[in-house]
Amino acid sequence: MARYDRAITVFSPDGHLFQVEYALEAVRKGNAAVGVRGTDTIVLGVEKKSTVKLQDSRSVRKIVNLDDHIALACAGLKADARVLINKARIECQSHRLTVEDPVTVEYITRYIAGLQQKYTQSGGVRPFGLSTLIVGFDPYTDVPSLYQTDPSGTFSAWKANATGRNSNSMREFLEKNYKETSGQETIKLAIRALLEVVESGGKNIEVAVMTKEHGLRQLDEAEIDAIVAEIEAEKAAAEAAKKAPARES
Amino acid sequence: MESVFGLVGADFALVVADSSAVHSILVHKSNEDKIMVLDSHKLLGASGESGDRAQFTEYIQKNVALYQFRNGIPLTTAAAANFTRGELATALRKNPYSVNILMAGYDKGTGPSLYYIDYIASLHKVEKGAFGYGSYFSLAMMDRHYRKDMTVEEAVELVDKCIIEIRSRLVVAPPNFVIKIVDKDGAREYAWRESIKDTSVPTA
Repeated sequence: MARYDRAITVFSPDGHLFQVEYALEAVRKGNAAVGVRGTDTIVLGVEKKSTVKLQDSRSVRKIVNLDDHIALACAGLKADARVLINKARIECQSHRLTVEDPVTVEYITRYIAGLQQKYTQSGGVRPFGLSTLIVGFDPYTDVPSLYQTDPSGTFSAWKANATGRNSNSMREFLEKNYKETSGQETIKLAIRALLEVVESGGKNIEVAVMTKEHGLRQLDEAEIDAIVAEIEAEKAAAEAAKKAPARES
Repeated sequence: MESVFGLVGADFALVVADSSAVHSILVHKSNEDKIMVLDSHKLLGASGESGDRAQFTEYIQKNVALYQFRNGIPLTTAAAANFTRGELATALRKNPYSVNILMAGYDKGTGPSLYYIDYIASLHKVEKGAFGYGSYFSLAMMDRHYRKDMTVEEAVELVDKCIIEIRSRLVVAPPNFVIKIVDKDGAREYAWRESIKDTSVPTA
């Protein structure tokens, strides 16, 4: 086995590409990220490491715009993300220049996944340690969509999905609680999913909301705190309701 | 023949361009828009070889947009003008673009500004500028009547004087012009000055 995880372009006898699997592991160890597709809004949320006292929290952004109508959040190695994001942004503008049309969400996802795949099959490189959630509105039909890519270069479309640390418990939560939502409800669902795995809430998450009209908008800390408080109040009320009938009986 | 000119007023800048697509002695079209809205607060009036003009201005536009996504803030007008000049200067020693550019913009803090950039990559910050055969008349007219503190109405009146002069004194005067403005509220089309309309072709 020892030999087969040296070069990513080489299969192990039992059909594994170890370097790709290690990259997937890097993603599993990375920050949690969640995406929820509503009817008129798409929400991206990520867990952010609490910033050190003297650090400017605005200087670390994990949800970014690729184009006016496309946004991306990622889990994994942040340094790799910058490279991938830069390449994707150039492709967005390049696509506009060559065909005078903005990219579709599927196109840019396919591009990013293609790039990630390339880094699993060429010599002298290592894969991107990144799983991305790409959201956006189709520039012609206004249909919202959410895609996910991973280090192996596969991509898939989702109604709601999570990646990164504890992504399984978030995905389970989303599977249990997903409903076709819109506006504020979609934001709430995304934050609730994140709160499943992020500890003290508010301070440690970053949320961005994309709408057709206003593009991507990062929620500020106060806004997130307000929603978190709302969710916690709802939880407490539900708890109380559960307990109350028990006492009666 | 081509006439592109512009000026800076009290709290705005404007660019005017003829709208003729010409090949040798033939006019193919008289509603060609030669002023690109570069981003929310910039205008790019361009004259020169029409293929180069479209290619180059779009290239600049996409790069300015890319900058904005990468850095989260837009380029200032001065920065965009210097970038454009740089691109022209690089191209000049390889395969030059034959485009002359008037870039107008409005920046918070600095206010309105106008930059004159020609195909040999010279860059000047100006209060009024012009390219093409029409420049002989529009420059003279602006020298006579321009003031720094002009309102939009006064400036458009001056623009109309320039257009009248071009139409009456230039042998190969273009029939139609487009006027675009940029101020604190953004870049936008202001008006057209048309002496002929493109006739619609009856459907067969």
